[in-house]
Amino acid sequence: MKKFISLNQLQTYVQSCLDRRQPERIISLSAASCGRASGALKIASAFERYLEEFKLSDKIKLKLTGCHGFCQLEPDIIIFPEGYFYASLKPEQVPEILEKTVVEGKFLDEFALVYPGSGKNIRRVLELPLYQKQLRWLLDVHLDLDPLSLDDYFAHGGFSALLKVLMDGSQEKVIDLVTASGLRGRGGAGFPTGLKWRLARKTESQEKYLICNGDEGDPGAYMDRGLLESNPFSVVEGMIIGGYATGARKGFIYIRQEYPLAVARMEAARQSCYQAGLLGEKILGTEFSFDLEIIRGAGAFVSGEETALIASVEGRRAFPRQRPPFPVVSGLFGQPTVINNVETWANVPLIIRQGPEWFSQVGTTTSKGTKIFSLVGQVKFTGLVEVPLGISISEVVQEIGGGAPKGRKIKAVQTGGPSGGCLPVSMFNLPLDYEALQAAGTIMGSGGMIVLDDSTCLVDLALYFLRFAASESCGKCAPCRLGTAQMVDILERITRGEGQLADLEQLNKLGRVMQKGSLCGLGRTAANPVLSGLRYFREEFERHVLEKQCPALVCRKLITYAIDREKCRRCYLCLKNCPFGAIKKEPDGWPYVDEELCQSCGLCLNTCPKEFGAVFKKPRYREVSEERPMDDENNQGPGRK
Amino acid sequence: MNSILKPKEKIKQLLRNYPRERNHLINFLHLVQAEFGYLPEEVVESLSEHFSVSPAEIFGVATFYASFRIDRPAEHEIQVCQGTACHVRGAEAILEEFSRELQKKFGVEEWPNKVSLKKVNCLGCCAIGPVAMVDGEVVSKITPARVKEIVRRLAQGQSNKNEKENFAQGIKQN
Repeated sequence: MKKFISLNQLQTYVQSCLDRRQPERIISLSAASCGRASGALKIASAFERYLEEFKLSDKIKLKLTGCHGFCQLEPDIIIFPEGYFYASLKPEQVPEILEKTVVEGKFLDEFALVYPGSGKNIRRVLELPLYQKQLRWLLDVHLDLDPLSLDDYFAHGGFSALLKVLMDGSQEKVIDLVTASGLRGRGGAGFPTGLKWRLARKTESQEKYLICNGDEGDPGAYMDRGLLESNPFSVVEGMIIGGYATGARKGFIYIRQEYPLAVARMEAARQSCYQAGLLGEKILGTEFSFDLEIIRGAGAFVSGEETALIASVEGRRAFPRQRPPFPVVSGLFGQPTVINNVETWANVPLIIRQGPEWFSQVGTTTSKGTKIFSLVGQVKFTGLVEVPLGISISEVVQEIGGGAPKGRKIKAVQTGGPSGGCLPVSMFNLPLDYEALQAAGTIMGSGGMIVLDDSTCLVDLALYFLRFAASESCGKCAPCRLGTAQMVDILERITRGEGQLADLEQLNKLGRVMQKGSLCGLGRTAANPVLSGLRYFREEFERHVLEKQCPALVCRKLITYAIDREKCRRCYLCLKNCPFGAIKKEPDGWPYVDEELCQSCGLCLNTCPKEFGAVFKKPRYREVSEERPMDDENNQGPGRK
Repeated sequence: MNSILKPKEKIKQLLRNYPRERNHLINFLHLVQAEFGYLPEEVVESLSEHFSVSPAEIFGVATFYASFRIDRPAEHEIQVCQGTACHVRGAEAILEEFSRELQKKFGVEEWPNKVSLKKVNCLGCCAIGPVAMVDGEVVSKITPARVKEIVRRLAQGQSNKNEKENFAQGIKQN
């Protein structure tokens, strides 16, 4: 890549990339982390081998793209220009697809994805019901963009936003555009991006910094990984524009080290931009200089909190600190710092290119544009989806996600990860809007959306999130350090069937103290999973406490297993595999579970051959005792009274 | 483990020409860990000198972050994802099954020397869970039966090498 030394030169080149005829045929293979874990690279080498063998390499281009969003049926390919789509590919299918579909243009129905529900063959990618309700402003290019090629990014309109900004020359105007668009922080808190930029711009200082927060720590969410792996240049472009507008000369992209591919692709993008003169001193012959550095995280959830993130970038332990001063006034190395989430930065070039009116036409009064969600959990179709804000939860879960898997019933949806809460089905008409979600006791969050069905126990899930928060709490402030530990303690008691009604009140009280008294967002929101659970699923908590029952049959101490004689074929696999010797033979040869010995590990259920399905879960009946007399003494522990 | 030099010398060699600003500390710890598979204790003293901060600070950073380890790693590493999506699909049972199988195949006392079994918060492959990372390679849709298979492979010393190399190569190419 040659170095561009003027705006005009880049403009001419970008135009030539836009005009350049694409190769006749493109095979676009999804090769982000999910795809690779499902064998995408084997498919790639199979295609390469055959393209080489039949000397087709110059007519047909194989692109290793990022995430196509249909993560569950990876690896998949799309064949352009028709848009033919094959999912769950195997290397042995490659020669036939190459011969019939790629060369002759015939779709092979025998390899087609059959959509459960309609039973129809999906032939073209845009026929996927998963895509119907989406508005894929950010994700659409992932279908055929080579994340490593700057030329390809140009050919998709890349860097035309930066050109526009630099040619126009007014920094104020950039901030006005972003403000007018109504873009709000996509990391979860939803602070207006334009306002943040303006505050940083106004603060007088020699040095200013930008940080891209790619420390996507929410378990169950991977929107940022999707963006970083599939379209790294858009994040770089957004940051260069942000640097120009705010007066920052240096930016940092902080990425979790659990995402090696995202780190590699961002690093590649950064280097290409340096080579092309899009980063560095005097960009494109203007007076504007901007440097970019990539920083690998080291595995700490709290470093997603902005002040902790700053500490981590500075090479210290990721401890949050009191705000104010806010980072826009005093952030990295004590200088004004703008911190935005990956998705926020990726939205910037779009807004500049298409205009703020275009962006704000979609959404609600306070929440504009689109938002990416990782739709996962107990739902028919899981994947990365982008929807207009203001769409209802049920549209996402039922129409895009296809509802519950066969024979199951959806019970709730969890948004916002460990900082968010669960909403019951009765709330599914709620629009996806920052304020509406907050009022309902959860948060928009960075975009994790986990669908839960009747096999999920809300008490167990609350315990899971609190354990996570307790282990990730940095320990600096007492409400979070002690509060999370206390909550874990109480919830564990409840899941063991040893809880009592007073514990529920105690949880509520603790939660409110943590919300008010914690230093940073982690502590302030850590109780949300419990509080929203108590708000919407109190009955489930009460059944654990009063009847010592887990209605979803999840909490191990409250369940055991049994064998259905009608279905059992006496293969004794369960008996051989039980690690506790809890499965025994009756004198007549039938196996049975000795509940005294059973530790409820569930291995018998898993080893019983699917076609028999003879092992099932059942409640373990415990004696419901009166309130324990010794409780008053026990309750004297720290924080419990 | 790639290094034939003694930790102290190797660290000294790595530190040559390395910037002295404090903000490069975490990245340097990544470098050392990539070299040895863990952070040898010599790192504390050398880095304290290089970055002009107290040894306690270096130790503090090295132990704060979950990715750094200060103990020598076992031959193989299994990280079982405990993300929410994996959790609701039974990740805990998978972890237990790993522990049981490892005890069976490698011995109750010996297994921790051969394989280190860890939890990891989220590998971000939520649509194909439950997942685990086995020697750096993501394995998807794990069932107890696959756990047996994975542990058997480790015991036979063939850790799905091809796929692993493919993945590593893919990252390098990018």
